[in-house]
Amino acid sequence: MTYCYDGSWNGLLSVVFESFRLLTPASNIVPTDIFQPGLFEIPFTVETNDAHAKRVLKGVEKKCGKKGTDLIYQCFLSEQPGIEIKIHHFIRTAMKASENVLHNYRDDTVLQLHKIKKMIGREVHRMHAFVRFQETKDGMLVALINPDFNVLPLSGKHFVDRYPALHWLIYDTKRHYGWHYDQHQSRFITLTEKQHEYLSADLLTNSETDYQALWQTYFKKTDIPERRNMKLHMQHVPKRYWKFLVEKWEV
Amino acid sequence: MNNRIQEKLGILADAAKYDVSCSSSGSKRKNTKDGLGNATGMGICHTYTQDGRCVSLLKILLTNHCIFDCAYCVSRRSNDVKRAAFTVQEVVDLTINFYKRNYIEGLFLSSGIFKDVDYTMERLVRIAKKLRLEHKFNGYIHLKAIPGASDELIHEAGLYADRLSVNLEIPSEMSLKKVAPEKDYASAYKPMNYLSETIQGHKEEKKTIRSTPNFAPGGQSTQLVIGATPENDKDILELADGLYQQQNLKRVYYSGYIPISDDLRLPALREAPLRRENRLYQADWLLRFYGFKVNEIVDEENPHLDPELDPKMGYALRHPEHFPIDVNKADYEWILRIPGVGVKSAKKIINARRFGALRMEHLKKIGVIWKRAKYFLISADRDFINLGFNPEVIRQQLLYTGKPKKDPNQLDLFGNPLAPIPLILPPTPSAILPTPKIRTA
Repeated sequence: MTYCYDGSWNGLLSVVFESFRLLTPASNIVPTDIFQPGLFEIPFTVETNDAHAKRVLKGVEKKCGKKGTDLIYQCFLSEQPGIEIKIHHFIRTAMKASENVLHNYRDDTVLQLHKIKKMIGREVHRMHAFVRFQETKDGMLVALINPDFNVLPLSGKHFVDRYPALHWLIYDTKRHYGWHYDQHQSRFITLTEKQHEYLSADLLTNSETDYQALWQTYFKKTDIPERRNMKLHMQHVPKRYWKFLVEKWEV
Repeated sequence: MNNRIQEKLGILADAAKYDVSCSSSGSKRKNTKDGLGNATGMGICHTYTQDGRCVSLLKILLTNHCIFDCAYCVSRRSNDVKRAAFTVQEVVDLTINFYKRNYIEGLFLSSGIFKDVDYTMERLVRIAKKLRLEHKFNGYIHLKAIPGASDELIHEAGLYADRLSVNLEIPSEMSLKKVAPEKDYASAYKPMNYLSETIQGHKEEKKTIRSTPNFAPGGQSTQLVIGATPENDKDILELADGLYQQQNLKRVYYSGYIPISDDLRLPALREAPLRRENRLYQADWLLRFYGFKVNEIVDEENPHLDPELDPKMGYALRHPEHFPIDVNKADYEWILRIPGVGVKSAKKIINARRFGALRMEHLKKIGVIWKRAKYFLISADRDFINLGFNPEVIRQQLLYTGKPKKDPNQLDLFGNPLAPIPLILPPTPSAILPTPKIRTA
């Protein structure tokens, strides 16, 4: 049976709950807004129910531990088509098995989820590395990002630990929301204006361009031309991130 | 004023770039509530240079004025380069502002020796102290422990820095004497031994008294220049192994010598020995993570690493008696010795085989490099081809690419790589032989 849900994490877990309750494993799970009806298909739309979602998560944690719930949540953030059915399948196998299936790499779904998690982990790590803050006139640090996956919820804590005494915002321009921290607490915000591919110069403090220029000089001078290896360079710093990397702006 | 700093940064970053270490991992310094920065857990490479090296720290010299005249160094006294020096405040400003913008993980500060050793070391320590105490900076700081500095200064450096390093640079004392007459091993080993003892001591003390201050929690490292002097790979790896065993070093870095110098004390290389450097790093990994001993990687008969094959493959081909290994039965240590199986795959194999026997398809999906591993293992498929294998044949199969190989030491005629080169010697026979067919029974 095809299930539809609202695209949220709790929504997906509610679907899994329903599939257990109805004794009908899903053949496909799609967000309602993407669903395209087939000829003979009648989708079953599941209302999000936070209590049900919680119960499913608790069950997974019992079987596979915190690592199991982390795995499926992180995979969910990959936004890959078909990820829902994989998570559904994982939860069902985990529930059925008598032992923890988290490390059963012989199973295709388990292996695939681990691979997706690895991709997510890499993207989170890249965000830790490639976020570049620019200081505005009122002393706030602003960074724009555009990650391949929806990794902002996984990336923010790193910066809270790092800059607890600063006021900053990391904004995902593709998904139109940001992580805002004001020296006391974090929250997700959405800017009303949709035009924010770059920060205009009159927003920034005067010294900002100086430090950017210094960083560009450093980047240029630390290069060893005798060892140049552009292929390796591109592998480490893929071109799609360049527009946010200060050191790649002019070079 | 900014132009002046711009110029200084250019000169002093340029002079510092030949130090390879840029790691920012392995420390345990947690941030405070109102502090700036965090040096726990993984290191982060914030960008990569165009030669593919990680840029994690702001790596600069305090000054490139130097009273020494070491042939391998750009900042040597007799070299005609522009000189500059940062003030303490300038370095602090740069570090804080770069860190705030998430450009770097911290500071790597080294220096040429001006006036005398203690004077220089005192400046380095003062910068670290200022960052830690006045600016509550908890990012990563890597300082150079300059050979010949007093124990008190080295000790103070350890209290503020995450990692300290003393560079041996040249892999034998005899060669060092030739290229750097003012230096010797004794003065480099002195701070190294002092650090290794103090780091160990603090670690022990911390077990019983939790409030013991951190002392260089990221450990110490060193660097060896490869290819500038005649030492072979065996000498280098034995030296490195000794440093890991006795001085408890976290890392030994190998730096392929780049012909920066026209100094007559050094050989005129056409290009940096990057391949050799890479093989040495692979061997270093085998020592640290794969449980290999030096004499298993290089020995009297093979004092050099094979440039064509990685050292683990070299080991497997020299020791056919240990292979093939049954992945469903063998211990972790032996699975780790199969070429094409890394630490991660080996752990996955151990985990996964509890759920049932592993076949080729499972191994491939787990991430085993089949091209290399297939000659050395037995899976549940019970493919016994590998019993009684011939190392020479495997070697040829691995190296055969279908294209004639270019000898890197052969000069191009007219320097045009595309022109046909009639005078070039034929490649070694092993490279041009077609793949021999193995009969499958």
